[in-house]
Amino acid sequence: MEYRHTVGAQTYKFADLKDVLAKATPARSGDYLAGVAAETYAERMAARMCLADVPLPQFLIEAVIPYEQDEITRLILDSHDVTAFKEIGHLTVGGFRDWLLSDQADTATLRRVASGITPEMAAAVSKLMRNQDLILVARKCQVTTAFRNTIGLSGRLSVRLQPNHPTDDARGIAASMLDGLLYGSGDAVIGINPATDSIPALMDLYDLVDEVITQYGIPTQSCVLTHVTNQIQVMEKGAPVDLVFQSIAGTEKANQGFGINLGILQEAQEAALSLKRGTVGNNVMYFETGQGSALSANANFGVDQQTIEARAYAIARRFSPLLSNTVVGFIGPEYLYDGKQIIRAGLEDHFCGKLLGVPLGCDVCYTNHAEADQDDMDTLMTLLGAAGITFIMGIPGADDIMLNYQTTSFHDALYLRKVLGLRPAPEFEQWLKKMNIMDENGLVQPVTNAHSMLQNMPRNLLAA
Amino acid sequence: MSTPEKPTLLSDDPLSVDPWQQLRNFTRARIALGRVGTSLPTREVLDFGMSHAMARDAVHTPLDAQALCDALVQHGFETLLVQSAAPDRSTYLLRPDLGRKLSNLCVDLLASLQSEECEIAFVIGDGLSSMAVSNHALAVMEQMRTLVPSQWRVGPVVVATQARVALSDEIGALLKARVVVMLIGERPGLSSPDSLGIYITYGPEVGRQDSERNCISNVRPEGLGYEAAARKTLWLVKEAMRLKLSGVGLKDESDVAEIALSDLPKLSD
Repeated sequence: MEYRHTVGAQTYKFADLKDVLAKATPARSGDYLAGVAAETYAERMAARMCLADVPLPQFLIEAVIPYEQDEITRLILDSHDVTAFKEIGHLTVGGFRDWLLSDQADTATLRRVASGITPEMAAAVSKLMRNQDLILVARKCQVTTAFRNTIGLSGRLSVRLQPNHPTDDARGIAASMLDGLLYGSGDAVIGINPATDSIPALMDLYDLVDEVITQYGIPTQSCVLTHVTNQIQVMEKGAPVDLVFQSIAGTEKANQGFGINLGILQEAQEAALSLKRGTVGNNVMYFETGQGSALSANANFGVDQQTIEARAYAIARRFSPLLSNTVVGFIGPEYLYDGKQIIRAGLEDHFCGKLLGVPLGCDVCYTNHAEADQDDMDTLMTLLGAAGITFIMGIPGADDIMLNYQTTSFHDALYLRKVLGLRPAPEFEQWLKKMNIMDENGLVQPVTNAHSMLQNMPRNLLAA
Repeated sequence: MSTPEKPTLLSDDPLSVDPWQQLRNFTRARIALGRVGTSLPTREVLDFGMSHAMARDAVHTPLDAQALCDALVQHGFETLLVQSAAPDRSTYLLRPDLGRKLSNLCVDLLASLQSEECEIAFVIGDGLSSMAVSNHALAVMEQMRTLVPSQWRVGPVVVATQARVALSDEIGALLKARVVVMLIGERPGLSSPDSLGIYITYGPEVGRQDSERNCISNVRPEGLGYEAAARKTLWLVKEAMRLKLSGVGLKDESDVAEIALSDLPKLSD
C-alpha cells in the first residue's frame, strides 16, 4: 500500500505503515529522540489524514515489526480473532474512531470485539482521538478480574499500596503498609519494589506482607516486584506468592533486555496458578509497562513508542492479569518531556489497554528532571478517574523514598473516590467498613489509639 | 467527646491527626501526615513543595565548574575542565546521547595532551544534580587520594559539565587510563537532592555498556559516607584490575576481602 496525503500543492509521502503511525503521533520527546517523529506540524496532520483512510485489515497484512523476527508480532497475528473482527473489519481507522464514539459501541459490543482488535489498530485510532475521546471510549470498556477481591467493576477505583523502603527494612515497610490500610488503600495489591534481589531477603518480604494480610484478614493480594525468575525460585522454595510481577515491553528484543520471553512468563503463570491462593478468582499476573522502554533498550525498530507500548498489552492480554500498570512518567523527560506529554500518554495507554481488554491502571508519576509537578498528577489522575481507570498507586505522601520519584498518595486516592463517587473493590470495601476505617457513605473514619489495627500491630512493629 | 453546647478546641480543628506518629521512627516515608477532610494539611503541602523545589534546583542550577576546579587545584589536584556535546541544560535533558559525547573542542583538547598511560583517572560530572557535586565531590576526592596506591600514575581530575555517565568512557580512553572513576550527581529524589553516584569502568572506551560498570550510589553524609565510598571505590578498582573487567562480572565483596597490591597485574600486562 502507498501512504501519501496531498494538501494543496504539497504531497506528503510516508514510507510504510509504521512511518505513518509514528508521524501521526502527538509530539513527544521520545519519538524525536528515536528520529521517527513528524518534522512539521503540517506533516503530522497529513500523516493523521493519511492514517484515517487506512483500512483496518491492512494492519493484518503489514506488520510494523516482521512476523519472522518478533514473537510479539507472532502472538498478535496468531491470536487474532477473525470472528470478532468481522464487526469492524469494513472500517478505516477514521471510521473506527467514529464507530467507537457512537452509542452503538456500548460496553457489551466493545467486549465482544476486543479480541478482534490488534494493538496497532488501537494505537492507530488513538492517534486520531482527542483526550476527551480517549476518556469517553475507555469509560465504556469494562474489564473485570479477580483474585481475593474483584477488580474493575463499574464505579470502583482500586489502589496499589506501595510501601517501599530503601533498605527493605521490615519495620519501615510495615509502617507504610499500616498507614495505607488506615487510609483505605491496598485493594488492588500490596506491592513492594524491593531494593535487594537476594532470594532469602525476598522470602522475608513475602512472609511479611502475607502475615499482615492474614493477621487482619484483608481481602487483597500481595506482590514483590522482583524479576520473574526470582519469583519462580521463591515459589519453588514455598514462599506465599499471590501475584507474579514482570515488566514487559512491546518487542521481543526489548523483552530480551528484561531477561524474559513468553515462555518464561507462561512458566511463572503456571507455577502461581498451581498455588491456588486466589479465593474469588484466578488472575495471578501483574504487569508493568511504559512508553519508551523499547527505545531505551535500543529495540524499537523505527516504531513510535506509543504503538510499541500498545503491543505490550498483547502480552498482558495473553496472560489474563489481575492488573496491568503503565508507569507513565517514570522513564524521564527524554521520552515524555512535560506534564502535557505525560497526561496525553497516560490517557492513550489507558484507552489502548482497555480497548484490548486489559485491566489497565496507571502509576501517575514524574521524576524531578521532568517538567511536571503534582498539579499535573492531579489533572491526569482526575481525567483517568473519569475514564474509569482500574487502579492507581498509593504511596505515603506521593513520595517514593526507594525509587526516588513522585506518584499518587493515599490522600490522592481518597480525593478521587470522593470527587467522582468511586468506591473500593467490594470485598475490600466490606472489610474497611468492618474495621471502622470507612463508614456507610464511603468517608474515612477518625482512627484513635484504641483502633484494633493499632492495638494489634504486625509483629515487626511490636518488636521495635 | 465534645458536646454541641461546648465544643472543645479539638473538635473545631479541621485537622485530623493520625495517632500512629510513633511509626515515623521506622521510615522516612511520609506517613501519619494527618488529613483535612480527606486532603493533605497545609503544612504537608508546603513541605512537599519545598522538597520538590530543592530537587528541581538541584537539576537546573548550573554547576560552578570553575569554582570546583579552583578548589581542587588549591587542594593540590591537577584539573581539566571539559563540556559534553550538549550545549545547554534543556538539550542535555532531551538528548542523553549528546551528554555521553565530548564536544569537538574538548576532544581536541584532551587528544593534544598526548597523555602517558595511567592506572586511574577521575572524572567529576554534574549529571542530574549539580548540588551533589558541589557539596561532596571535593571531599570524596580527598578521601580517594589517601587510598590510591602511591606507585599508581593518576590522570588529571577532569570536571565535566552536561555530563552523563558514559562520557567517562571517552575521557578515560583519551587519558589512556586503565580504570576510569566517575563521580556524578544522581537523579535527585525528594528526600535526597544531593546524592552522588560513583561509576567504575575498566578499560574505558567509547561504546561500553552500562553492564560493564560498577556503581556505588547514594554517596552523601546521610547515606554512604565519604570515606566508606572511597574505600569501596578503591576496592572495586583494584578488583577490576585483577580481573581485567568491571560490571556484572565483578561482585562487590569489599566488606569481606582486602586486596593486596601485589596481587595486581602491572600496567604492561
